[in-house]
Amino acid sequence: MKREAKSWLRSFLLELILYAGLVVAYFFLVLAYLGNWLHRLFEHERRTYAFVALGLIIGQGFVLEVLTRALLAWIKPARKD
Amino acid sequence: MLFPISGTQISPIYLIAVGFVVGMLGGFFGVGGSFLVGPALFGVGVPMNFVVGTDLAHIVGKSIVAARKHRTLGNIDMKLGLIMVIGTIAGVEAGAQAIQILKRTAHIDWAVGGTFIAILTGISAFMTWESVQTLRARRHAEAAGKKLPGAHPTGRDHSAVAHIARNIQRIKAPPYVSLPASGIKQISIWAILGVAFVGGVFSGFLGGGAGYIRLPCFIYLLGIPTHIAIGTDLFEVIISASYGTFTHALKGNVDILIALVMHTGAAIGAQIGATMTQFFAGPRIRMAFIPLPLLGAALVLHGLLTRH
Repeated sequence: MKREAKSWLRSFLLELILYAGLVVAYFFLVLAYLGNWLHRLFEHERRTYAFVALGLIIGQGFVLEVLTRALLAWIKPARKD
Repeated sequence: MLFPISGTQISPIYLIAVGFVVGMLGGFFGVGGSFLVGPALFGVGVPMNFVVGTDLAHIVGKSIVAARKHRTLGNIDMKLGLIMVIGTIAGVEAGAQAIQILKRTAHIDWAVGGTFIAILTGISAFMTWESVQTLRARRHAEAAGKKLPGAHPTGRDHSAVAHIARNIQRIKAPPYVSLPASGIKQISIWAILGVAFVGGVFSGFLGGGAGYIRLPCFIYLLGIPTHIAIGTDLFEVIISASYGTFTHALKGNVDILIALVMHTGAAIGAQIGATMTQFFAGPRIRMAFIPLPLLGAALVLHGLLTRH
């Protein structure tokens, strides 16, 4: 049971570290490249802005989660080897 | 750092930290956390119209992360969630219309705030009583070596007021559905739609995902085990908050840059919160939930009294 908990904790920490790295990278990407464009959309094309805003937040949720899972799946077999 | 859409200057570290805290609460309790995000954003100078819309946008992202985690843990009843979508959207629209009508009167702040306070306090009081009764009954049953009263058919939960849900499940109002994932053999579709509609009305009327009302309704009225109620509620929050985000964005009430930055913290917090549910039994989670609506009520009251 202790070994199971240890293994779970290790994989959870790994997942968290990966997740933290990914979200920070995404955060800088959004601020650096999308900030001005989003502001222009907000001012001049409100309908497009609404679609883009919803798409971005949904995309951020899905993409980061899928990426983390894929990275974990890639790392775990490599560790077994 | 300047967020040009709302024209506010906020530290991104502050936003990430707020996101992390509400993300953890959201992952663990299945709520959007608008009662905490609202004052947190308003307190650093975000205009009120942006507070409501931006909060909804961040809730969408956070709930996706937490819901996907709950899905891997087997905590989402997809059939229930999909049926509820219809009632939720109808309710959100009804709630939004109600607020438009109230806007024409002078005391809208007190009407909305007073409703919010009364409901949140009532939920806390009922859940306190129920959790104490359930845990007491469990202790007595264990001491006497008897079967746990109010045990859920899935064996994953038990409640002192399980009879309420059993009575609702017996209501004769076809059509009926079975919810095997939640251990419910038969329930009227109208009962599910009714709960979804009520949750939607609160979401449209008061803002946020309305998980504070939907989660207790799931558990006490429909008889859904707490863990599945949390996961399925997050699924509903995604729907209602997405709808709210879109309509608020059209009205110019969403600063998506703030929402995206907050979500970076919330995503990590939501993962932790969702994973933590594995280690707590249903009544314990419900007991831990009690201070949240009360905290929300206190914040609303403070806002009304100080006109903030």
